[in-house]
Amino acid sequence: MDLENQRRVLEFTEEFGAENMLIILGAAEAEAAGLAAETVTAGDPTYAGPLAGVSLGLQVFHVFEPEIKDQFDPDVYEEQLGMMEMVLDVDEIVDEMKGIREQFGQFN
Amino acid sequence: MFPVIKGAAYILAHTPDMVLHNGTTQTTERTVNPDSEYLKQVPNNLRSFEQFVSYPPNQTFIGNLSPSELGELDLPWYDKQAEGASSDGKYGEIFQQDEFIGWIKLADVFNLVSLEKDFTESIRQSIESREGLSESFRTALGEGVSLEKIEKEIAEKGAEALIHDGKTVGCVKRAHDIDPNLNAHVIFENLVSKASGAMALISLLEKHQIDPLDIDYVLECSEEACGDMNQRGGGNFAKAIAEVAGCKNATGSDTRSFCAAPTHALINASALAQSGIYPNVVIVGGGSTAKLGMNGKDHIKKGLPILEDGVAGFAALISQNDGVHPILRTDLVGKHMVGTGSSPQAVITSLITAPLDRGNLKITDIDKYSVEMQNPDVTKPAGAGDVPLANYKMIAALGVMRKEMERTDIADFTKKHGMVGWAPTQGHIPSGVPYLGFAMQDIMEGKIHRAMIVGKGSLFLGRLTNLFDGVSIVIETNPGQVEEEATVSKDEVRQMVAEAMRSFAASLTE
Repeated sequence: MDLENQRRVLEFTEEFGAENMLIILGAAEAEAAGLAAETVTAGDPTYAGPLAGVSLGLQVFHVFEPEIKDQFDPDVYEEQLGMMEMVLDVDEIVDEMKGIREQFGQFN
Repeated sequence: MFPVIKGAAYILAHTPDMVLHNGTTQTTERTVNPDSEYLKQVPNNLRSFEQFVSYPPNQTFIGNLSPSELGELDLPWYDKQAEGASSDGKYGEIFQQDEFIGWIKLADVFNLVSLEKDFTESIRQSIESREGLSESFRTALGEGVSLEKIEKEIAEKGAEALIHDGKTVGCVKRAHDIDPNLNAHVIFENLVSKASGAMALISLLEKHQIDPLDIDYVLECSEEACGDMNQRGGGNFAKAIAEVAGCKNATGSDTRSFCAAPTHALINASALAQSGIYPNVVIVGGGSTAKLGMNGKDHIKKGLPILEDGVAGFAALISQNDGVHPILRTDLVGKHMVGTGSSPQAVITSLITAPLDRGNLKITDIDKYSVEMQNPDVTKPAGAGDVPLANYKMIAALGVMRKEMERTDIADFTKKHGMVGWAPTQGHIPSGVPYLGFAMQDIMEGKIHRAMIVGKGSLFLGRLTNLFDGVSIVIETNPGQVEEEATVSKDEVRQMVAEAMRSFAASLTE
C-alpha cells in the first residue's frame, strides 16, 4: 500500500479509534486487495511504510463484497461498478478478503 | 488534411547498477532498513546485458519481435530468449550501461558530470563514432578526472555517484549549495531523462533518415521537472534534447500529465502539424531511474530476476499529410474531462466510445487498441495483474453494455483487438505510444486499417487534485492524395471536354 495512504490510515485510526474504522478497497486483483487488507490488519508486509510492524486489525472490505455492495443504491452500483464486476474475478477477491479478515481482523 | 505519423523510435539502456543505487524502492529501503536482506539480494538477481537484450519484450520494444509474435510465447518470459536477438532494432536500439553513463556526460552542458579518466577512454570510441550527435556534443566527453577527485565530490560535496560494475566511475555534482531543485539527485534524474530522450530522438532521425534541420518543434512528455528554487518546473527538456540532436531550426516545450502525457503530446503535435503552424513536430520522452526495480521485492520473493533494470526512451515524428503515412484522425479524439467522473464506465466511455460515436464507429471497428502496454511479466508477479488485458476487458465490457457484442465474446475481443504488453514499467513510456512503430508498419502493410492510441495518467500522485486523466486518438490508413487528385483531374477533364464541345459548337454555327 502507498506509504502516504498508510500514514493517513494510521492518523485516522489514532484520531477516531480502531473500532470505528472501516477500510473499503477497490483493487482490481485478489493479490493486490489482499496485500492492502493485510497492511491495515497485520501491518505492512513490505516493512516500508508507517504501518510496518503496526497491527491495527481494522475492518476491511472490498467494494464487491456483499456486505458493502448491499448498502448501495443498485442503480448507482450498476453505473459505477457494474462494468468492473463483469470483468474482474469477484469470487477470488472475496475469498482473499475473507481469509485476511479471519486471520488478522480484530473487529470481526 | 489530417497529419501523419512518419516514424517512431524506441531505446533502452541496461542499467543494473542504477537499480540498486537510484531506484526509489531500493533507496527507500536503504533509508528505512539499511541492513535489509533485500538490498543484499539485489546484486545477485540482476540480469546480464545479453539476457537484457534477448528478453523477448525488450526485442518487441525496439521493433525486432512483433507484438503478435511475442503473444505466441507463453508467460513467463523472463526465462525465455528471443531468437536472433540483437541490440540493434528496426525502431531503435539497446545500450549498455557504460555507454549510457557516457550519454549522461554528453547531456551535461554545465560541467556537472565528472567521469573517471580510464572509464572515459573505455567508452570514447562508441560515443565519438556516433554520427547523429551534433559536433559540440560528440566531443563533450573530455579527458576525464581522477577517481580521487570524484570520491571527494561524493564524500564532501553531496555529489551523486555514477556506478558501473559495482565501481564508482564518475559523479553528478550539485548545481547549487542549498537549492533543493538543483541538488545532485535532481540533476542526475534530469540528465538521465534528457540523455535517454536525446538517444531516442537521434535514433528516430537515423532510423527514418530524417534531416534534423527539418524539425520545427519538439514536444517533450516525460515525468521529470527541471528548474531552480524560483521556478521548480520551469523547463525546457524539449529544447535541450533538440539541441543534442542538432535540430537547429526547432524550438519546443514540455507537456505534462503523468503517464497520459505522451498521448497529449501526440494530439498536440497533430494539431500543430495539421494547422501548418509547425509542419514537422517531434514528440519525445526520456526515461527514469527512480522506477528501476520498482517491483524488485516481489520479483526476488518469487524467484525472478529484477526485471525493471533498464531506462527507456521514445520519440515519434508527426508531419503534414504526405498521402502515404498513416493519418492521425484529429476529429476522433477522446478526453477524460473534469466532469467525467472516475468510474471505469465513465472513463472508458470518454476515452473509447465518445470519439468512436463521433465517427459513427463501433468498438469493433478499431482493429487494435494500444492502451497502457505494461509488460505483464513484470506486473503480474507483483500482484498488479495484466494491465493491458484488464483494459481490453473493460473496453469489451463497455461493448457488451452498449449491445455491440455478446458477453461471451469478451475473451475473443481481447485477443483480436488487443495485444500482450511489452513495455518497461517506466510510467509514461508504456502508455499508448509503444505501438506507434508497429501500428505504422501494420497499417502500411494493410494488416490493420485502424488503431486507437490511449494514454491514461494518475494525476492524484501529485496531490494537487484527486482527478485522473486520459486522452486518445485514432490512427488509420492514409486514403492517399492520389484519389483526391484523381477527382480533381476528372473535373478538369469534364471542363476541358465541355470547353471543346462549346468551341466545336461555336465553329459549327459560324
